[in-house]
Amino acid sequence: MIAAITSLSLLGVILGALLGLAARYLKVEGNPLVGEIEAMMPGSQCGQCGYPGCSPAAAALAAGEAPVTLCPPGGQSLALALADKLGVTVDVSGMVDKAPMIAYVKEDLCIGCTRCFKRCPTDAILGGPKQIHAVISDACTGCEKCVEACPTECVEMRPIPVTLQNWHWPKPAIAA
Amino acid sequence: MKTSGFKLFRIRGGVHPEGRKHATCDIPIRELGLSGLLRIPLQQHIGAPAEPAVRRGDYVLKGQLLAHSQGMISAPVHAPTSGYIKAIGKYPAPHPSGLPVRTITLEPDGEERWIDLNPQAEPFNLDPDEIAARVAAAGIVGMGGATFPSAVKFNLRKRYKLHTLVINGAECEPYLTCDDRLMREHADEIIDGIRIAMHGLQVKRALVAIENNKPQAQTAMRDAARDFPEITIVPVPVRYPMGSEKHLVQTLTGKETPARALTADIGIVVHNGATVRAVQQAIRFGRPLISRVVTVSGGAVANPANLLAPIGTPVSALLDACGGLREEPARLLSGGPMMGQPLPGTQAPIVKGTSGILALTQMEVASKPAMPCIRCGSCVTVCPCGLLPLEMAARARIGDLQGAADFGLTDCVSCGSCSYVCPAHIPLVQYFNYAKGALTEQQRAKHKQEETKRLAAARNERMERQAAAKREAMAKRKAEMAAQKSQEKAQENTAEAEA
Repeated sequence: MIAAITSLSLLGVILGALLGLAARYLKVEGNPLVGEIEAMMPGSQCGQCGYPGCSPAAAALAAGEAPVTLCPPGGQSLALALADKLGVTVDVSGMVDKAPMIAYVKEDLCIGCTRCFKRCPTDAILGGPKQIHAVISDACTGCEKCVEACPTECVEMRPIPVTLQNWHWPKPAIAA
Repeated sequence: MKTSGFKLFRIRGGVHPEGRKHATCDIPIRELGLSGLLRIPLQQHIGAPAEPAVRRGDYVLKGQLLAHSQGMISAPVHAPTSGYIKAIGKYPAPHPSGLPVRTITLEPDGEERWIDLNPQAEPFNLDPDEIAARVAAAGIVGMGGATFPSAVKFNLRKRYKLHTLVINGAECEPYLTCDDRLMREHADEIIDGIRIAMHGLQVKRALVAIENNKPQAQTAMRDAARDFPEITIVPVPVRYPMGSEKHLVQTLTGKETPARALTADIGIVVHNGATVRAVQQAIRFGRPLISRVVTVSGGAVANPANLLAPIGTPVSALLDACGGLREEPARLLSGGPMMGQPLPGTQAPIVKGTSGILALTQMEVASKPAMPCIRCGSCVTVCPCGLLPLEMAARARIGDLQGAADFGLTDCVSCGSCSYVCPAHIPLVQYFNYAKGALTEQQRAKHKQEETKRLAAARNERMERQAAAKREAMAKRKAEMAAQKSQEKAQENTAEAEA
């Protein structure tokens, strides 16, 4: 009987020690899902979802506190991808994908106050004090932060112009 | 049909559309004079648009540079005749979208005064790099319709081990006869161009592939090449899309170009017959590419013909020179009926890649409403790329672009054979063109997203650095202030003590 008690206790101690070591050396920092979700987000930190950036939004999504439809720049495709990732069902029919827009500075109204480019999360606005500002259209994500910041309402959102480089054939009309 | 000793290999699939070349193939090329304003788009090639080198009101000579090439893949544009620059602005492109592109408007003065040219009587003494540079400066692009800057192909010599130059004289598109006529009438110049191109590419062998429906062109070219054993004229069977460069190379060599790779990967460079003639003109006489032969045909054209027209001539002038339209065309195309693209209107100018202007009647178009797919597999049989058009189209239709790509969408050459045979009249190739564009757009969006992340991270890093610098400066100032205060206090104390 002593042998049985000793062996079982020994077994318990060894396994307990192993588990303790494993918990220490194989520790996972944070929820890996958060990182994966963050990688899917647009990453412009625009704040249109109500969270201060993409990383807090991803944390909220992983915790199930936010709906998968939260990200306007990501649109329907992101909502579907997130729903797939989180294993929830989603109805994207209510989501209207806005055509991608970029900021445009009306040069005759710009006073060179530098407020817009300080707010731009991707450094897409170029300018200096009392210099007319300009938007680098390739870097603009259309987050509209500069529109709110402008004191003279000279920043306007415009659709990305269609050129020969980005035009493509529309989907053929489906016959009945 | 003549047969030669050259061993050919079979390619997969393909179709045999009615040739309909008889309307123009026996009429000599006619030179089309000047007709009003010339509108020269700055983007007539694949790659970056050219940048204007002239101003409004300038007087330019024939062959003078109008716009520089921009970047690695680009081509310059030259004045098709002498005259005044009326405007540099936007004008609808000869492109299905009809979108406005930067265009130089030239008002000819009718004098046709050439700029001083830089002819080269002995092109074989030139360095191969010099040939590539001159081809680039002459604004030569692939004249079969793809309009890829030719100089880039000449420079492939540096990155690949090349051994053969293939001249594409297949002209497998119905109606088109511009290459046929060019080979019949200017065989010597083409052969000369081939020899120059061989020197430029440093290859020892050239194969000229001509479909068997052009026996006169084969004879003319064979006669012209008699003294040059390194050039072989190879008659190839009539089958669409024989003129697709990868399929032509496979027919001639039996080697298949790897997916998403260049024919240069298997040591072969393909040039169109008209392109090598342009190379010959550019090297021997210094003439840039400012005109081209265009087939004007189709049931709605009164007198179909091949016209040598200055670049920038409006399509309407070409149609007028062919007796105008007999009836309102059901479709107006630039290029052949299989792969050609609809034109936005007759005011659009012809460009370096315009091989044909087709005004097709309702009878010729024969469009019928699409019916559901019956999975007969006809499209699979004819697909020259060995793809499953029905599966790709089904996915493209429901917007599953990734699914279509998994079935090999990016390997599709948009030849249209599948649409041609489909008994249910499903617009298969139209689905693929849409899906390819949408897929590129998705990739562009993804690239932008990555770029956004990088920019946002760079900004955050900078903000933190600035904040840290500020904190540091603050702390430093605080310390200084404290030191000053304690010093003052100490002074006060000593003053008190002295008192």
